[in-house]
Order: sequence, then C-alpha cells, then structure tokens
Amino acid sequence: MQLLTRANVSSSPSRRPESNPFKQECHGHSNTDNSLSRSKSDVAIELTNVSKSYGDKVVVDQLSFTITSGECFGLLGPNGAGKSTVSRLVLGLAPPDEGTITVLGEPVPARARLARSRIGVVPQFDTLDPEFTVRQNLLVFGRYFGLRTRELEEAIPSLLEFARLESKADVPVAELSGGMKRRLTLACALINDPQLLILDEPTTGLDPHARHLIWERLRSLLALGKTILLTTHFMEEADRLCDRLCVIEHGRKIVEGRPHALIDEQIGCDVIEIYGGNPRELTSVVGPYAQRVEASGETLFCYSSDPEQVRLQLRGRTGLRLLQRPPNLEDVFLRLTGREMKD
Amino acid sequence: MWKRYAAVLPANPWNWIAVWRRNYMAWKKAAIASILGNLAEPVTSLFGLGFGLGAMVGRVDGIPYVAFLATGMVATSAMISATFETIHATFARMHAKRTWESALCTQLTLGDIVLGELAWAASKALLAGTAMMLVAATMGYASWPSVLFALPVIALTGFAFASLAMIVTALAPGYDYFIFYQTLFLTPMLFLSGAVFPVTELPDIFQKLSHLLPLAHSIELIRPAMLDRPGGSVALHISALCIFAVMPFFLSVGLLRRRLMS
Repeated sequence: MQLLTRANVSSSPSRRPESNPFKQECHGHSNTDNSLSRSKSDVAIELTNVSKSYGDKVVVDQLSFTITSGECFGLLGPNGAGKSTVSRLVLGLAPPDEGTITVLGEPVPARARLARSRIGVVPQFDTLDPEFTVRQNLLVFGRYFGLRTRELEEAIPSLLEFARLESKADVPVAELSGGMKRRLTLACALINDPQLLILDEPTTGLDPHARHLIWERLRSLLALGKTILLTTHFMEEADRLCDRLCVIEHGRKIVEGRPHALIDEQIGCDVIEIYGGNPRELTSVVGPYAQRVEASGETLFCYSSDPEQVRLQLRGRTGLRLLQRPPNLEDVFLRLTGREMKD
Repeated sequence: MWKRYAAVLPANPWNWIAVWRRNYMAWKKAAIASILGNLAEPVTSLFGLGFGLGAMVGRVDGIPYVAFLATGMVATSAMISATFETIHATFARMHAKRTWESALCTQLTLGDIVLGELAWAASKALLAGTAMMLVAATMGYASWPSVLFALPVIALTGFAFASLAMIVTALAPGYDYFIFYQTLFLTPMLFLSGAVFPVTELPDIFQKLSHLLPLAHSIELIRPAMLDRPGGSVALHISALCIFAVMPFFLSVGLLRRRLMS
C-alpha cells in the first residue's frame, strides 16, 4: 500500500503503469493482460460521431474522440458546452441519439454495466450519503460493486490513507470540509480498483490547498497506470494533469491535442495584458505590432512576438499596468471560445 | 428501445441486496423509534376503533368486531407502510438525496436499485404488519401456528404495494402529487377491500370491483390464517398479489429509465 502514498510521480509522458496497489477485487475482470490484447485494451474510451439532443437543443453534436489507456484526457468547454452529458453518455446513463460509444471494450449503453464495474466516478456534485460516516460511505459504495464486507474492510484503511482521511474514518460526512468530501468521493471512486476514472470538475469550489492535494493524488493515480477522463473548465488543472485535451463548445469539438502543442499552435507568442485605459483606443495603438489584440472587459490582451515594440508604443502613458507572460491554456481556451461572456 | 430497456433490468438475482443493506444501515440508527412507532400505531387504532365500534357492532362474519378489524389492519398496515416508504423515503433517495445517482455510477442497474428499494419497503411492511399481528395476538386473535402463514403474505402485500407506489414515484414531479394517490387510490381501497367491514355489505358492483384490489386479496389470505378459519381460493389470491408485485415493477423500471436516464 506504500505504493499509493509514495507514488508522487510527475506527470511526464513517460509514465509507466506500476503494479496495482488495490487488490483486484472486481469479479471476473482482469486488467493485467495488456500485452496480450494490445490493440483492444489500448483504447479506454472511443466515441464515434456521437450526437445527443434534448428536445430541440443539440447538446452533443457529432463528437468523436479516442482515449488511450493510461492517459489523462481533458474535456474542456464553457458552462453548458455538453461536458457533463458526455460523461453521462460514456457511463451509459443516457443513450446517444446517434453514433457509437465503446468503453473498456464494452459497447455502451448496451453493456454499460460491465464497463461501469471497472470505472470510478467523481461526479460534479458530491453524492456522498450524509446519513453515514466516512467508513460507512465506503462500505455502502463498495457493496454496490458486489464486494464483500470482509474484502472492503481490508481495502478501506488504504483508501482512507490515500484520501488522507485516516483520522476521520468514523466522522459523519456532514461534518467534513469541502476538500475532505471531495477526497472521500475520490476514495469511493477507487473502491472497485477501477481502470478508468471519470472526473467531472473534481476541484470546483475547493480552496487552493485542497485543490493541490487532489491534483497530487490524481497524478499518483496516473503514475499507477489509471486512465482519466477529466472534465473541467479550470485551465490550470487541465494544464497540470492532461496528456491530451479536447475543447468542446455547443457539443462540438473545436480542437484537440496536447496542451503545449495547442498553446504553440493557437497562440505561439507572449501575451501582454494591459490594464487601465480605453481598450478601443489602445487597440489602435498596439494593433500594428501584435498578431492579435482582444479586449475583455477593461483588459486588453495583446499577442505579440515582439513585446518590446508594444511596450515602446505605450511608453509615457500614465495609468497603464502591463503584464507580460508566456501564453497558457487559458489563452487558448478563451481564444477558441471567445473572451466575452456569451450568455 | 427494448434493448435499452433490457440493459436497465436487474443484472442478476443478488445485486439488489446491496441497496437493501444500505437502507437497513440507515434505518438501524433509528430502529428503536421505528419499532416503537410500529407497535404504538396498532395499539391506538385497535383500542380506539375496536372497542369503541366493537361495542356497537358486536359480531361480524361470526367473529367479534375487534378480531375482524385487527386482521384487516394487519394487511392495511403493510399496505400503508410499504406505500409511504416508497412515495416518501424512496422518492427522496431518488430525487433530493441523490442516493440513486451514486448507485447508478456503479455496476448496479436501475432495475437492481428499484428491486432493492421494493425489497426494503416490503421488509418495513413486514415489520409493521408483524407488529400489528403481535398486538392482535396479545388480545387473543392470532391462532398458532396458522398465523405463521400470514407472515409471507404480509411481505408479499408489502412488495405489491411498494411496486404500485413505485409507479407513482416514477411519475410524480414532487411530493405534492402523492396526495392524489392516497386519497383517490389507497383510502377507497381501504373501504372496498373488507378491512373495516365485510365486502358483502357493499353494493354488488363494488363487490365485483373489490376482486381487482390487491388489499382485498391480501385480507382474504391473512384473516383466515390469523383466526384459523377455512380460507378459499388461496392460489388465486396469491397469484393476484404476485401480479401486483411483478407487473408494476417492470412498468416502473421503464418509467424511471425515461425519467432518470434519458
């Protein structure tokens, strides 16, 4: 069990699956013969031209992507882009109108139950049972996977350790902080020793300490060879954890790739943020020296491969505050989905 | 369509037990209060109604009115207990408390969850019916050992009413709608099924109607068993209750699939 706690491995692409710390508990499944059936077990999730509408509203529109075993795949998009619906489709909790979904080799939703037996889910909103203690929540949830009480009692201490909740085992869930609840939800998601984790905004609403602890725990899971589908609108989270990501809007894929490749491809130069001043007027001043200029509220985002020129143009103006920085995923996201609020 | 329905039916004969155990664990914490409530209710209703009305009515169907009422109340308490568990507690677990939501993310199917909830409601009905029967027994209205036959009937009655109530749970937008089920379905059934007075007192058309009511079948089984009197058409009554247990279950799973998994 020390494996889990010491496996604070960086999220470099050269992750190797290590031996599994949790006993293989789920009946009839094995995730050990990767080398034997390479091609099949290499794909964790495959969506092909999947569409889903509710009434007139198209929520998922001809979406296709493939997630390879062992990678962390981020699903990014503004609120209402259809991210949570994608999670539901993958879990077989909603049938697609069109297209095919395969998860861990099982067609979904027809055989979703068999896929779900090897999936751990951290839903967007905690679904912990407030009537029970931390330990009882794990016990109840483990039984949903058909695990025996004895097996669970053996597995629970290591999960509590993983979630840093050893001292809270017999505390009612209602008394936990937001971060602790999230960690318990993560521990619940691991009770069946899943190959695949589906995390729907796992750190939304958490303070920075709690968030960093969750990220560190997730990296250690990736180091163990777990596959993660991470839904988030938190760019720092995607940047830190994801090997690849896909940005969706109105249920359609806008772009897909590795985070740094996307940053290079979509932005490719430094960003100067200019605060104070009239964005419209400043746009005309710095415009000729920038690849692109975008106004968001009172801030001007100036993408320029020659930032010195931009600074030169603004020299002498009072009341301006300039911040020059390398481009990040948030710039990519905002560039693709638009800086201004849409709704 | 059928393929999707098949995918949410119970996956195996034992998956539901996990759901039952979750509810049992939650109930255990307040078990004493629950059991005391189950005992207090029959005591008040039997003493209040039984002795008050019993003095005026005298004998019914050749037995003291209290005995008639007590045996009818065993079935009625199973009906009420199973119904209220399903329309209130189960509805809360499906709706506000999100208990089902986390269960649906596991290898359980919707059918497993519904079956576990029905089994739990039937268990609570068995508890309520048995409590009523114990009170009746202390008054001398339970013949040993024929009363034992009433126990599985109480559980089956509970299952049938839980199953019927699950349809209402699947369709109701909120708690306010359950009142229709109670006033338009349960209360009339109480008077049409021979729980508080014999069915033979009813106009002919209502007597015929009573053959369609699950509570009537339940009482036709429980009353003779408790009083060790000859009962007729046992197979018919049991089959009727089984139909009320099974058919609504499959219908409610379909309705809940549309509600929760569309």
